[in-house]
Amino acid sequence: MGVMSEPVETTALTKRYGDLVAVDELDLTVRQGEVYGFLGPNGAGKTTTLRMLLGLIRPSSGSVRLYGVRGTAALAGVGALIEGPAFYPYLSGRDNLRVLARHAGAGTARVAEVLDVVDLTERGRDRYSTYSLGMKQRLGLAAALLKDPGLLILDEPTNGLDPAGMADIRATVRRLADEGRTVLLSSHLLGEVQQICDRVGMISRGSLVAELAVADLGTRGLRVVADPLTEARTLLTSLVGHGRVEVDGDALRVDVPADRAAALNAELVHSGLAVRELRPAEVDLEQRFLELTGGGSRAR
Amino acid sequence: MLVDRVLADVRAELRKQVRRPAHWLLLGVAVVLTLTFAYVIPYLGYTGRSGERSRGLESMLPAELVGNTIAGTPVFVGALALIFGVLVVGGEYGWQTWKTVLAQGSPRLRVFAAKVVVTTLGSLVLVLALLATGAAAGLGVALLQGAPITWPSLPALLVGAGGGWLITTMWAMAGVLLAVALRGVALPIGLGLVWLLAVQNLLSAVAAPLVDWIASLQKVLPGPNAGSLVSALGAPSGTPGVSEVVGAGQGAVVVACYLVVFTVVGGFLLWRRDIE
Ligand SMILES: Nc1ncnc2c1ncn2[C@@H]1O[C@H](COP(=O)(O)OP(=O)(O)OP(=O)(O)O)[C@@H](O)[C@H]1O
Ligand SMILES: [Mg+2]
Repeated sequence: MGVMSEPVETTALTKRYGDLVAVDELDLTVRQGEVYGFLGPNGAGKTTTLRMLLGLIRPSSGSVRLYGVRGTAALAGVGALIEGPAFYPYLSGRDNLRVLARHAGAGTARVAEVLDVVDLTERGRDRYSTYSLGMKQRLGLAAALLKDPGLLILDEPTNGLDPAGMADIRATVRRLADEGRTVLLSSHLLGEVQQICDRVGMISRGSLVAELAVADLGTRGLRVVADPLTEARTLLTSLVGHGRVEVDGDALRVDVPADRAAALNAELVHSGLAVRELRPAEVDLEQRFLELTGGGSRAR
Repeated sequence: MLVDRVLADVRAELRKQVRRPAHWLLLGVAVVLTLTFAYVIPYLGYTGRSGERSRGLESMLPAELVGNTIAGTPVFVGALALIFGVLVVGGEYGWQTWKTVLAQGSPRLRVFAAKVVVTTLGSLVLVLALLATGAAAGLGVALLQGAPITWPSLPALLVGAGGGWLITTMWAMAGVLLAVALRGVALPIGLGLVWLLAVQNLLSAVAAPLVDWIASLQKVLPGPNAGSLVSALGAPSGTPGVSEVVGAGQGAVVVACYLVVFTVVGGFLLWRRDIE
Protein backbone atom coordinates (compact mmCIF):
# COMPACT_ATOMS: atom_id res chain seq x y z
CA MET A 1 0.00 0.00 0.00
CA GLY A 2 1.60 3.17 -1.21
CA VAL A 3 1.56 6.35 0.81
CA MET A 4 -0.56 8.02 -1.81
CA SER A 5 -3.29 5.40 -2.04
CA GLU A 6 -6.61 6.57 -0.66
CA PRO A 7 -9.09 4.11 0.84
CA VAL A 8 -11.45 4.64 -2.09
CA GLU A 9 -10.60 5.97 -5.48
CA THR A 10 -12.76 5.56 -8.57
CA THR A 11 -11.83 6.80 -12.01
CA ALA A 12 -14.52 7.53 -14.59
CA LEU A 13 -16.57 4.75 -13.04
CA THR A 14 -19.56 3.98 -15.25
CA LYS A 15 -22.40 1.47 -15.20
CA ARG A 16 -24.91 1.28 -18.02
CA TYR A 17 -28.09 -0.79 -18.07
CA GLY A 18 -29.09 -0.60 -21.70
CA ASP A 19 -29.81 3.05 -22.37
CA LEU A 20 -29.89 3.94 -18.70
CA VAL A 21 -26.63 5.28 -17.31
CA ALA A 22 -26.92 4.38 -13.62
CA VAL A 23 -23.43 5.66 -12.78
CA ASP A 24 -21.84 8.15 -15.11
CA GLU A 25 -18.05 8.67 -15.21
CA LEU A 26 -17.86 9.00 -11.47
CA ASP A 27 -14.61 10.15 -9.89
CA LEU A 28 -14.93 9.55 -6.19
CA THR A 29 -12.18 9.82 -3.61
CA VAL A 30 -12.56 9.00 0.05
CA ARG A 31 -9.61 10.02 2.18
CA GLN A 32 -8.03 8.19 5.05
CA GLY A 33 -9.89 8.67 8.32
CA GLU A 34 -12.84 10.67 7.07
CA VAL A 35 -16.53 9.92 7.17
CA TYR A 36 -17.71 10.54 3.65
CA GLY A 37 -21.40 10.99 3.05
CA PHE A 38 -22.62 9.80 -0.32
CA LEU A 39 -25.84 11.71 -0.64
CA GLY A 40 -28.43 11.41 -3.36
CA PRO A 41 -32.13 10.90 -4.01
CA ASN A 42 -33.68 7.52 -4.79
CA GLY A 43 -32.30 6.06 -7.98
CA ALA A 44 -29.30 8.38 -8.07
CA GLY A 45 -26.86 5.49 -8.38
CA LYS A 46 -25.55 5.15 -4.82
CA THR A 47 -26.10 1.44 -4.41
CA THR A 48 -24.85 0.73 -7.91
CA THR A 49 -21.63 2.61 -7.13
CA LEU A 50 -21.09 0.81 -3.82
CA ARG A 51 -21.76 -2.57 -5.44
CA MET A 52 -19.07 -1.80 -7.98
CA LEU A 53 -16.65 -0.89 -5.19
CA LEU A 54 -17.18 -4.36 -3.74
CA GLY A 55 -16.91 -6.17 -7.06
CA LEU A 56 -20.50 -7.40 -6.89
CA ILE A 57 -21.24 -5.84 -10.25
CA ARG A 58 -18.83 -5.11 -13.06
CA PRO A 59 -18.33 -1.54 -14.21
CA SER A 60 -19.21 -0.90 -17.84
CA SER A 61 -16.04 1.20 -17.88
CA GLY A 62 -13.74 3.00 -15.50
CA SER A 63 -11.99 1.55 -12.50
CA VAL A 64 -12.10 1.11 -8.74
CA ARG A 65 -9.16 1.09 -6.37
CA LEU A 66 -9.43 0.39 -2.67
CA TYR A 67 -6.21 1.31 -0.87
CA GLY A 68 -4.63 1.39 -4.29
CA VAL A 69 -5.53 -2.22 -5.04
CA ARG A 70 -7.92 -3.58 -7.66
CA GLY A 71 -10.09 -6.70 -7.50
CA THR A 72 -11.24 -8.83 -4.59
CA ALA A 73 -7.77 -8.72 -3.00
CA ALA A 74 -8.67 -5.14 -2.14
CA LEU A 75 -11.50 -6.27 0.12
CA ALA A 76 -9.16 -7.55 2.83
CA GLY A 77 -9.49 -4.38 4.87
CA VAL A 78 -13.05 -3.51 3.94
CA GLY A 79 -16.34 -4.20 5.68
CA ALA A 80 -19.63 -3.50 3.98
CA LEU A 81 -23.37 -3.42 4.38
CA ILE A 82 -25.13 -3.07 1.04
CA GLU A 83 -28.81 -2.27 0.60
CA GLY A 84 -30.18 -3.78 3.77
CA PRO A 85 -29.05 -6.75 5.82
CA ALA A 86 -29.26 -10.27 4.34
CA PHE A 87 -28.59 -13.39 6.41
CA TYR A 88 -29.58 -17.05 6.67
CA PRO A 89 -32.97 -17.02 8.40
CA TYR A 90 -32.64 -20.48 9.96
CA LEU A 91 -29.37 -19.69 11.74
CA SER A 92 -29.00 -17.63 14.89
CA GLY A 93 -27.37 -14.22 14.65
CA ARG A 94 -24.25 -15.66 16.17
CA ASP A 95 -24.09 -18.63 13.82
CA ASN A 96 -24.59 -16.34 10.86
CA LEU A 97 -21.57 -14.37 12.00
CA ARG A 98 -19.56 -17.56 12.57
CA VAL A 99 -20.26 -18.66 9.02
CA LEU A 100 -19.23 -15.26 7.70
CA ALA A 101 -16.13 -15.12 9.89
CA ARG A 102 -14.96 -18.34 8.26
CA HIS A 103 -15.58 -16.91 4.80
CA ALA A 104 -13.69 -13.80 5.88
CA GLY A 105 -10.78 -15.77 7.26
CA ALA A 106 -11.31 -14.03 10.60
CA GLY A 107 -11.17 -15.92 13.87
CA THR A 108 -14.53 -16.89 15.34
CA ALA A 109 -13.40 -15.18 18.55
CA ARG A 110 -14.19 -11.94 16.77
CA VAL A 111 -17.88 -12.89 16.62
CA ALA A 112 -18.51 -12.19 20.31
CA GLU A 113 -16.69 -8.87 20.05
CA VAL A 114 -18.73 -7.55 17.14
CA LEU A 115 -22.00 -8.74 18.68
CA ASP A 116 -21.05 -6.67 21.67
CA VAL A 117 -20.24 -3.59 19.57
CA VAL A 118 -23.77 -3.58 18.15
CA ASP A 119 -25.37 -4.57 21.42
CA LEU A 120 -26.74 -7.92 20.25
CA THR A 121 -24.99 -10.24 22.69
CA GLU A 122 -28.21 -11.03 24.52
CA ARG A 123 -30.15 -11.99 21.41
CA GLY A 124 -27.21 -13.63 19.62
CA ARG A 125 -28.56 -17.14 20.12
CA ASP A 126 -31.96 -16.39 18.63
CA ARG A 127 -32.78 -17.23 15.07
CA TYR A 128 -32.22 -14.42 12.60
CA SER A 129 -35.78 -14.79 11.30
CA THR A 130 -37.09 -13.68 14.70
CA TYR A 131 -35.13 -10.40 14.71
CA SER A 132 -36.73 -6.97 14.41
CA LEU A 133 -35.60 -4.76 11.54
CA GLY A 134 -33.40 -2.76 13.88
CA MET A 135 -31.68 -5.90 15.13
CA LYS A 136 -31.20 -7.15 11.57
CA GLN A 137 -29.60 -3.86 10.63
CA ARG A 138 -27.30 -4.03 13.66
CA LEU A 139 -26.33 -7.59 12.77
CA GLY A 140 -25.48 -6.29 9.30
CA LEU A 141 -23.18 -3.74 10.87
CA ALA A 142 -21.64 -6.46 13.04
CA ALA A 143 -20.93 -8.56 9.94
CA ALA A 144 -19.23 -5.57 8.34
CA LEU A 145 -16.94 -5.34 11.37
CA LEU A 146 -15.80 -8.98 11.39
CA LYS A 147 -12.49 -8.27 9.70
CA ASP A 148 -11.87 -5.25 11.91
CA PRO A 149 -11.73 -3.24 8.68
CA GLY A 150 -10.06 0.09 8.15
CA LEU A 151 -12.75 1.06 5.66
CA LEU A 152 -16.48 0.66 6.21
CA ILE A 153 -18.87 0.93 3.28
CA LEU A 154 -22.42 1.40 4.51
CA ASP A 155 -25.38 1.74 2.15
CA GLU A 156 -28.25 3.57 3.86
CA PRO A 157 -27.64 1.83 7.19
CA THR A 158 -30.58 3.55 8.89
CA ASN A 159 -33.13 2.76 6.19
CA GLY A 160 -36.49 1.80 7.64
CA LEU A 161 -35.55 2.31 11.28
CA ASP A 162 -37.48 4.29 13.88
CA PRO A 163 -35.88 7.45 15.25
CA ALA A 164 -34.33 5.66 18.21
CA GLY A 165 -32.92 2.95 15.94
CA MET A 166 -31.53 5.59 13.62
CA ALA A 167 -29.87 7.48 16.45
CA ASP A 168 -28.43 4.22 17.69
CA ILE A 169 -26.84 3.27 14.36
CA ARG A 170 -25.57 6.80 13.82
CA ALA A 171 -23.92 6.84 17.22
CA THR A 172 -22.28 3.49 16.51
CA VAL A 173 -21.01 4.64 13.13
CA ARG A 174 -19.66 7.85 14.62
CA ARG A 175 -17.93 5.86 17.35
CA LEU A 176 -16.37 3.49 14.78
CA ALA A 177 -15.14 6.51 12.85
CA ASP A 178 -13.67 8.05 15.97
CA GLU A 179 -11.66 4.86 16.43
CA GLY A 180 -9.89 5.87 13.23
CA ARG A 181 -11.81 3.98 10.59
CA THR A 182 -12.64 5.49 7.25
CA VAL A 183 -16.36 5.39 6.50
CA LEU A 184 -18.20 5.74 3.20
CA LEU A 185 -21.88 6.08 4.02
CA SER A 186 -24.66 6.52 1.52
CA SER A 187 -27.89 8.20 2.45
CA HIS A 188 -30.77 10.13 1.03
CA LEU A 189 -31.17 11.99 4.31
CA LEU A 190 -29.38 15.29 4.42
CA GLY A 191 -29.74 15.60 8.18
CA GLU A 192 -28.13 12.22 8.71
CA VAL A 193 -25.12 13.10 6.61
CA GLN A 194 -24.85 16.39 8.45
CA GLN A 195 -24.84 14.61 11.79
CA ILE A 196 -22.17 12.00 11.17
CA CYS A 197 -20.13 12.92 8.11
CA ASP A 198 -17.10 15.12 7.61
CA ARG A 199 -17.42 15.52 3.89
CA VAL A 200 -20.28 15.00 1.53
CA GLY A 201 -20.54 14.16 -2.15
CA MET A 202 -23.89 14.72 -3.77
CA ILE A 203 -24.83 12.36 -6.54
CA SER A 204 -27.62 12.88 -8.99
CA ARG A 205 -28.38 10.77 -12.04
CA GLY A 206 -25.12 8.95 -11.62
CA SER A 207 -22.85 11.99 -11.46
CA LEU A 208 -21.23 13.81 -8.61
CA VAL A 209 -22.83 17.26 -8.67
CA ALA A 210 -21.16 18.76 -5.62
CA GLU A 211 -18.60 17.85 -3.04
CA LEU A 212 -18.03 19.87 0.09
CA ALA A 213 -17.13 19.79 3.75
CA VAL A 214 -20.17 19.19 5.90
CA ALA A 215 -19.31 22.35 7.83
CA ASP A 216 -20.00 24.29 4.62
CA LEU A 217 -23.13 22.36 3.81
CA GLY A 218 -25.56 24.64 5.57
CA THR A 219 -23.97 27.83 4.32
CA ARG A 220 -23.23 29.35 1.03
CA GLY A 221 -21.19 32.49 0.59
CA LEU A 222 -21.21 35.33 3.06
CA ARG A 223 -23.86 37.55 4.55
CA VAL A 224 -22.67 41.11 4.86
CA VAL A 225 -24.42 44.02 6.59
CA ALA A 226 -22.52 47.28 6.21
CA ASP A 227 -23.19 51.04 6.10
CA PRO A 228 -23.78 52.39 3.61
CA LEU A 229 -25.04 49.30 1.86
CA THR A 230 -24.87 50.60 -1.73
CA GLU A 231 -21.21 51.55 -1.38
CA ALA A 232 -20.42 48.21 0.17
CA ARG A 233 -22.16 46.54 -2.76
CA THR A 234 -20.12 48.48 -5.32
CA LEU A 235 -16.87 47.74 -3.53
CA LEU A 236 -17.60 44.03 -3.10
CA THR A 237 -18.66 43.68 -6.71
CA SER A 238 -15.36 45.13 -7.81
CA LEU A 239 -13.55 42.73 -5.51
CA VAL A 240 -15.33 39.42 -6.22
CA GLY A 241 -16.70 39.96 -9.71
CA HIS A 242 -19.91 40.85 -11.38
CA GLY A 243 -23.05 38.89 -10.50
CA ARG A 244 -21.74 37.47 -7.26
CA VAL A 245 -23.19 40.10 -4.97
CA GLU A 246 -26.93 40.22 -4.36
CA VAL A 247 -29.11 42.34 -2.15
CA ASP A 248 -31.06 40.22 0.30
CA GLY A 249 -33.29 42.51 2.36
CA ASP A 250 -31.08 44.80 4.41
CA ALA A 251 -28.00 42.64 3.81
CA LEU A 252 -25.77 41.54 0.95
CA ARG A 253 -25.20 37.96 -0.06
CA VAL A 254 -21.72 37.43 -1.49
CA ASP A 255 -21.13 34.21 -3.39
CA VAL A 256 -17.55 33.39 -2.37
CA PRO A 257 -15.97 30.66 -0.24
CA ALA A 258 -16.34 31.37 3.48
CA ASP A 259 -12.58 31.59 3.95
CA ARG A 260 -12.45 34.93 2.14
CA ALA A 261 -14.41 36.57 4.94
CA ALA A 262 -11.39 38.06 6.72
CA ALA A 263 -9.90 39.53 3.54
CA LEU A 264 -13.19 41.10 2.48
CA ASN A 265 -13.75 42.49 5.95
CA ALA A 266 -10.35 44.16 5.85
CA GLU A 267 -11.13 45.74 2.46
CA LEU A 268 -14.48 47.05 3.67
CA VAL A 269 -13.04 48.51 6.84
CA HIS A 270 -10.09 49.92 4.93
CA SER A 271 -12.51 51.82 2.68
CA GLY A 272 -14.16 53.38 5.69
CA LEU A 273 -17.36 51.35 5.68
CA ALA A 274 -18.97 50.33 8.92
CA VAL A 275 -19.23 46.53 8.91
CA ARG A 276 -21.96 45.48 11.28
CA GLU A 277 -22.21 41.83 10.31
CA LEU A 278 -20.14 39.44 8.21
CA ARG A 279 -20.69 35.74 8.49
CA PRO A 280 -21.36 32.62 6.44
CA ALA A 281 -24.82 32.89 4.92
CA GLU A 282 -27.19 30.13 5.98
CA VAL A 283 -29.27 28.46 3.35
CA ASP A 284 -32.25 26.25 3.59
CA LEU A 285 -30.77 22.76 3.53
CA GLU A 286 -33.55 21.00 1.71
CA GLN A 287 -33.62 23.78 -0.83
CA ARG A 288 -29.90 23.45 -1.35
CA PHE A 289 -30.11 19.72 -1.73
CA LEU A 290 -32.84 19.93 -4.33
CA GLU A 291 -30.91 22.62 -6.19
CA LEU A 292 -27.73 20.57 -6.31
CA THR A 293 -29.33 17.28 -7.18
CA GLY A 294 -31.47 18.78 -9.87
CA GLY A 295 -34.88 18.60 -8.27
CA GLY A 296 -34.84 15.12 -6.80
CA SER A 297 -35.45 11.72 -8.27
CA ARG A 298 -35.95 10.86 -11.86
CA ALA A 299 -39.21 9.41 -12.98
CA ARG A 300 -38.62 5.85 -11.76
CA MET B 1 -2.28 -20.50 2.28
CA LEU B 2 -4.79 -20.78 -0.55
CA VAL B 3 -5.65 -24.25 0.68
CA ASP B 4 -6.30 -22.82 4.14
CA ARG B 5 -8.67 -20.22 2.75
CA VAL B 6 -10.48 -22.80 0.63
CA LEU B 7 -10.83 -25.02 3.69
CA ALA B 8 -12.18 -22.08 5.68
CA ASP B 9 -14.79 -21.50 2.98
CA VAL B 10 -15.64 -25.22 2.97
CA ARG B 11 -16.10 -25.12 6.74
CA ALA B 12 -18.32 -22.08 6.42
CA GLU B 13 -20.43 -23.84 3.80
CA LEU B 14 -20.59 -27.03 5.85
CA ARG B 15 -21.86 -25.16 8.86
CA LYS B 16 -24.41 -23.38 6.73
CA GLN B 17 -25.72 -26.51 5.00
CA VAL B 18 -25.54 -29.00 7.86
CA ARG B 19 -27.81 -26.79 9.93
CA ARG B 20 -30.35 -26.33 7.22
CA PRO B 21 -33.47 -28.32 8.08
CA ALA B 22 -34.55 -28.66 4.43
CA HIS B 23 -31.55 -30.87 3.62
CA TRP B 24 -32.37 -33.31 6.40
CA LEU B 25 -35.95 -33.41 5.22
CA LEU B 26 -34.75 -34.36 1.72
CA LEU B 27 -32.56 -37.09 3.17
CA GLY B 28 -35.47 -38.41 5.21
CA VAL B 29 -37.70 -38.49 2.14
CA ALA B 30 -35.03 -40.36 0.15
CA VAL B 31 -34.67 -42.95 2.90
CA VAL B 32 -38.41 -43.43 3.33
CA LEU B 33 -39.03 -43.75 -0.42
CA THR B 34 -36.21 -46.24 -0.89
CA LEU B 35 -37.37 -48.25 2.08
CA THR B 36 -40.94 -48.22 0.86
CA PHE B 37 -40.41 -49.11 -2.78
CA ALA B 38 -37.37 -51.37 -2.51
CA TYR B 39 -38.39 -53.27 0.61
CA VAL B 40 -41.76 -52.66 2.23
CA ILE B 41 -43.95 -53.00 -0.83
CA PRO B 42 -42.03 -55.97 -2.31
CA TYR B 43 -42.19 -57.62 1.11
CA LEU B 44 -45.94 -57.10 1.39
CA GLY B 45 -46.27 -58.49 -2.11
CA TYR B 46 -44.19 -61.53 -1.22
CA THR B 47 -46.02 -62.35 1.99
CA GLY B 48 -49.48 -61.36 0.76
CA ARG B 49 -51.97 -63.19 -1.39
CA SER B 50 -50.34 -62.15 -4.65
CA GLY B 51 -47.09 -63.76 -3.56
CA GLU B 52 -46.74 -65.75 -6.76
CA ARG B 53 -46.54 -62.50 -8.78
CA SER B 54 -43.85 -60.91 -6.57
CA ARG B 55 -40.19 -60.56 -7.40
CA GLY B 56 -39.36 -63.23 -4.88
CA LEU B 57 -37.50 -63.17 -1.63
CA GLU B 58 -34.00 -63.06 -3.11
CA SER B 59 -34.40 -59.52 -4.40
CA MET B 60 -34.83 -58.24 -0.82
CA LEU B 61 -31.99 -60.10 0.82
CA PRO B 62 -28.71 -58.43 1.84
CA ALA B 63 -26.94 -59.87 -1.22
CA GLU B 64 -29.00 -57.52 -3.45
CA LEU B 65 -28.31 -54.51 -1.28
CA VAL B 66 -26.32 -52.48 -3.83
CA GLY B 67 -28.69 -52.78 -6.77
CA ASN B 68 -31.74 -52.16 -4.61
CA THR B 69 -30.49 -49.01 -2.97
CA ILE B 70 -28.96 -47.25 -5.97
CA ALA B 71 -31.81 -48.16 -8.32
CA GLY B 72 -33.54 -44.87 -7.51
CA THR B 73 -30.62 -42.60 -8.42
CA PRO B 74 -31.50 -42.16 -12.13
CA VAL B 75 -34.93 -40.74 -11.26
CA PHE B 76 -36.43 -40.13 -7.84
CA VAL B 77 -33.30 -40.07 -5.67
CA GLY B 78 -31.75 -38.05 -8.49
CA ALA B 79 -34.65 -35.61 -8.23
CA LEU B 80 -34.03 -35.19 -4.51
CA ALA B 81 -30.30 -34.71 -5.18
CA LEU B 82 -31.15 -32.04 -7.75
CA ILE B 83 -33.31 -30.20 -5.21
CA PHE B 84 -30.41 -30.42 -2.74
CA GLY B 85 -28.03 -28.86 -5.28
CA VAL B 86 -30.49 -26.08 -6.07
CA LEU B 87 -30.90 -25.30 -2.37
CA VAL B 88 -27.15 -25.17 -1.70
CA VAL B 89 -26.67 -22.40 -4.25
CA GLY B 90 -30.13 -20.96 -4.84
CA GLY B 91 -30.57 -20.03 -1.20
CA GLU B 92 -27.90 -17.36 -1.62
CA TYR B 93 -30.03 -15.75 -4.32
CA GLY B 94 -33.32 -16.20 -2.50
CA TRP B 95 -32.06 -14.64 0.73
CA GLN B 96 -29.79 -12.22 -1.13
CA THR B 97 -26.90 -13.50 0.94
CA TRP B 98 -24.43 -13.58 -1.95
CA LYS B 99 -23.60 -9.94 -1.26
CA THR B 100 -23.18 -10.64 2.45
CA VAL B 101 -20.81 -13.54 1.78
CA LEU B 102 -18.85 -11.92 -1.04
CA ALA B 103 -18.44 -8.65 0.87
CA GLN B 104 -16.32 -10.65 3.31
CA GLY B 105 -13.71 -10.82 0.56
CA SER B 106 -13.81 -14.44 -0.57
CA PRO B 107 -13.48 -14.54 -4.36
CA ARG B 108 -16.57 -15.92 -6.05
CA LEU B 109 -14.84 -18.98 -7.44
CA ARG B 110 -13.47 -19.91 -4.06
CA VAL B 111 -16.93 -19.83 -2.53
CA PHE B 112 -18.23 -21.76 -5.52
CA ALA B 113 -15.51 -24.39 -5.06
CA ALA B 114 -16.55 -24.73 -1.43
CA LYS B 115 -20.15 -25.23 -2.54
CA VAL B 116 -19.07 -27.89 -5.03
CA VAL B 117 -17.18 -29.73 -2.28
CA VAL B 118 -20.14 -29.56 0.08
CA THR B 119 -22.57 -30.68 -2.62
CA THR B 120 -20.32 -33.65 -3.39
CA LEU B 121 -20.08 -34.56 0.29
CA GLY B 122 -23.84 -34.19 0.71
CA SER B 123 -24.41 -36.58 -2.19
CA LEU B 124 -22.09 -39.09 -0.54
CA VAL B 125 -24.05 -38.82 2.71
CA LEU B 126 -27.23 -39.47 0.73
CA VAL B 127 -25.86 -42.60 -0.94
CA LEU B 128 -24.38 -43.95 2.29
CA ALA B 129 -27.64 -43.34 4.11
CA LEU B 130 -29.51 -45.29 1.43
CA LEU B 131 -27.01 -48.15 1.60
CA ALA B 132 -27.36 -48.27 5.38
CA THR B 133 -31.14 -48.26 5.03
CA GLY B 134 -30.97 -51.09 2.52
CA ALA B 135 -28.59 -53.06 4.72
CA ALA B 136 -30.88 -52.75 7.73
CA ALA B 137 -33.99 -53.57 5.73
CA GLY B 138 -32.36 -56.53 3.97
CA LEU B 139 -31.11 -57.90 7.26
CA GLY B 140 -34.60 -57.54 8.71
CA VAL B 141 -36.17 -59.43 5.81
CA ALA B 142 -33.58 -62.21 6.06
CA LEU B 143 -34.14 -62.60 9.79
CA LEU B 144 -37.92 -62.56 9.46
CA GLN B 145 -37.88 -65.17 6.75
CA GLY B 146 -35.01 -67.20 8.15
CA ALA B 147 -33.13 -66.75 4.88
CA PRO B 148 -29.30 -66.91 4.62
CA ILE B 149 -27.45 -63.65 5.28
CA THR B 150 -24.86 -63.07 2.58
CA TRP B 151 -23.42 -59.59 2.16
CA PRO B 152 -22.15 -58.26 -1.14
CA SER B 153 -18.37 -58.35 -1.54
CA LEU B 154 -16.50 -55.24 -0.50
CA PRO B 155 -15.47 -54.38 -4.08
CA ALA B 156 -19.09 -54.69 -5.19
CA LEU B 157 -20.16 -52.43 -2.35
CA LEU B 158 -17.51 -49.84 -3.13
CA VAL B 159 -18.20 -49.81 -6.86
CA GLY B 160 -21.93 -49.63 -6.21
CA ALA B 161 -21.56 -46.79 -3.74
CA GLY B 162 -19.19 -45.01 -6.12
CA GLY B 163 -21.62 -45.35 -9.01
CA GLY B 164 -24.52 -44.08 -6.92
CA TRP B 165 -22.38 -41.22 -5.64
CA LEU B 166 -21.35 -40.25 -9.16
CA ILE B 167 -24.95 -40.15 -10.33
CA THR B 168 -26.38 -38.26 -7.35
CA THR B 169 -23.52 -35.75 -7.53
CA MET B 170 -24.22 -35.24 -11.22
CA TRP B 171 -27.88 -34.47 -10.53
CA ALA B 172 -27.00 -32.25 -7.58
CA MET B 173 -24.59 -30.32 -9.80
CA ALA B 174 -27.33 -29.97 -12.41
CA GLY B 175 -29.29 -28.29 -9.61
CA VAL B 176 -26.33 -26.05 -8.81
CA LEU B 177 -26.06 -25.00 -12.45
CA LEU B 178 -29.81 -24.33 -12.73
CA ALA B 179 -29.74 -22.24 -9.54
CA VAL B 180 -26.87 -20.10 -10.83
CA ALA B 181 -28.34 -19.78 -14.29
CA LEU B 182 -31.82 -18.82 -13.07
CA ARG B 183 -30.64 -17.04 -9.89
CA GLY B 184 -33.14 -18.51 -7.51
CA VAL B 185 -34.75 -21.60 -6.05
CA ALA B 186 -38.30 -22.11 -7.25
CA LEU B 187 -37.89 -22.04 -11.01
CA PRO B 188 -34.72 -24.20 -11.02
CA ILE B 189 -36.42 -26.86 -8.91
CA GLY B 190 -39.55 -26.76 -11.06
CA LEU B 191 -37.72 -27.03 -14.36
CA GLY B 192 -35.28 -29.62 -13.03
CA LEU B 193 -38.12 -31.84 -11.86
CA VAL B 194 -40.05 -31.43 -15.09
CA TRP B 195 -37.00 -32.69 -16.93
CA LEU B 196 -36.18 -35.51 -14.54
CA LEU B 197 -39.65 -36.82 -13.85
CA ALA B 198 -41.56 -36.00 -17.01
CA VAL B 199 -39.52 -35.15 -20.10
CA GLN B 200 -36.95 -37.89 -19.56
CA ASN B 201 -39.71 -40.44 -19.19
CA LEU B 202 -41.60 -39.23 -22.25
CA LEU B 203 -38.46 -39.32 -24.35
CA SER B 204 -37.54 -42.87 -23.42
CA ALA B 205 -41.01 -44.40 -23.22
CA VAL B 206 -42.90 -42.54 -25.93
CA ALA B 207 -40.58 -40.70 -28.31
CA ALA B 208 -37.59 -43.05 -28.61
CA PRO B 209 -39.59 -46.03 -29.93
CA LEU B 210 -41.16 -43.81 -32.61
CA VAL B 211 -38.31 -41.63 -33.80
CA ASP B 212 -34.89 -43.03 -34.61
CA TRP B 213 -32.82 -39.99 -33.84
CA ILE B 214 -34.43 -39.64 -30.41
CA ALA B 215 -33.51 -43.25 -29.75
CA SER B 216 -29.90 -42.39 -30.58
CA LEU B 217 -30.13 -39.22 -28.52
CA GLN B 218 -30.93 -41.41 -25.50
CA LYS B 219 -27.35 -42.64 -25.62
CA VAL B 220 -25.96 -39.23 -24.71
CA LEU B 221 -28.57 -37.97 -22.23
CA PRO B 222 -27.70 -38.07 -18.52
CA GLY B 223 -30.72 -40.09 -17.35
CA PRO B 224 -30.42 -43.12 -19.67
CA ASN B 225 -26.66 -43.25 -19.06
CA ALA B 226 -27.21 -43.18 -15.30
CA GLY B 227 -29.90 -45.85 -15.75
CA SER B 228 -27.52 -48.08 -17.69
CA LEU B 229 -24.83 -47.65 -15.06
CA VAL B 230 -27.06 -48.68 -12.15
CA SER B 231 -28.50 -51.51 -14.19
CA ALA B 232 -25.00 -52.90 -14.65
CA LEU B 233 -24.45 -52.51 -10.90
CA GLY B 234 -27.46 -54.70 -10.16
CA ALA B 235 -30.48 -52.43 -10.06
CA PRO B 236 -33.64 -54.43 -10.77
CA SER B 237 -35.02 -53.77 -14.24
CA GLY B 238 -38.49 -52.34 -14.11
CA THR B 239 -37.45 -49.61 -11.68
CA PRO B 240 -38.26 -46.28 -13.37
CA GLY B 241 -35.20 -44.92 -15.17
CA VAL B 242 -33.22 -48.13 -15.08
CA SER B 243 -32.30 -48.93 -18.68
CA GLU B 244 -29.77 -50.69 -20.82
CA VAL B 245 -29.18 -48.28 -23.69
CA VAL B 246 -25.41 -48.24 -23.21
CA GLY B 247 -22.78 -50.25 -21.37
CA ALA B 248 -21.71 -49.59 -17.81
CA GLY B 249 -18.38 -48.04 -18.82
CA GLN B 250 -19.91 -45.59 -21.24
CA GLY B 251 -22.66 -44.78 -18.73
CA ALA B 252 -20.09 -43.86 -16.09
CA VAL B 253 -18.04 -41.75 -18.51
CA VAL B 254 -21.03 -39.83 -19.84
CA VAL B 255 -22.38 -39.15 -16.34
CA ALA B 256 -18.92 -37.95 -15.25
CA CYS B 257 -18.73 -35.67 -18.29
CA TYR B 258 -22.08 -34.11 -17.40
CA LEU B 259 -20.87 -33.62 -13.85
CA VAL B 260 -17.78 -31.78 -15.07
CA VAL B 261 -19.68 -29.68 -17.59
CA PHE B 262 -22.38 -28.65 -15.08
CA THR B 263 -19.68 -27.64 -12.59
CA VAL B 264 -17.59 -25.66 -15.04
CA VAL B 265 -20.53 -23.85 -16.64
CA GLY B 266 -22.02 -23.07 -13.21
CA GLY B 267 -18.72 -21.65 -11.99
CA PHE B 268 -18.27 -19.62 -15.15
CA LEU B 269 -21.76 -18.08 -14.96
CA LEU B 270 -21.33 -17.19 -11.30
CA TRP B 271 -17.95 -15.62 -11.96
CA ARG B 272 -19.17 -13.75 -14.99
CA ARG B 273 -22.48 -12.21 -13.96
CA ASP B 274 -23.41 -9.33 -11.69
CA ILE B 275 -24.72 -10.04 -8.21
CA GLU B 276 -27.85 -7.92 -7.91
N1 LIG C 1 -30.00 -4.45 -12.50
C1 LIG C 1 -30.46 -3.30 -12.97
N2 LIG C 1 -31.03 -3.22 -14.17
C2 LIG C 1 -31.50 -2.07 -14.67
N3 LIG C 1 -31.44 -0.90 -14.01
C3 LIG C 1 -30.89 -0.89 -12.81
C4 LIG C 1 -30.37 -2.07 -12.20
N4 LIG C 1 -29.88 -1.75 -10.99
C5 LIG C 1 -30.09 -0.44 -10.84
N5 LIG C 1 -30.68 0.09 -11.92
C6 LIG C 1 -31.05 1.49 -12.11
O1 LIG C 1 -29.93 2.28 -11.82
C7 LIG C 1 -30.32 3.48 -11.19
C8 LIG C 1 -29.57 3.65 -9.89
O2 LIG C 1 -30.02 2.72 -8.96
P1 LIG C 1 -29.42 2.60 -7.50
O3 LIG C 1 -30.04 1.43 -6.85
O4 LIG C 1 -27.93 2.65 -7.59
O5 LIG C 1 -29.93 3.94 -6.83
P2 LIG C 1 -29.78 4.43 -5.33
O6 LIG C 1 -29.12 5.74 -5.38
O7 LIG C 1 -29.14 3.38 -4.51
O8 LIG C 1 -31.31 4.61 -4.91
P3 LIG C 1 -32.05 4.36 -3.51
O9 LIG C 1 -31.85 5.57 -2.68
O10 LIG C 1 -33.47 4.21 -3.92
O11 LIG C 1 -31.47 3.12 -2.92
C9 LIG C 1 -31.83 3.40 -11.00
O12 LIG C 1 -32.43 4.13 -12.03
C10 LIG C 1 -32.13 1.93 -11.15
O13 LIG C 1 -33.40 1.74 -11.68
MG1 LIG D 1 -29.77 2.26 -2.83
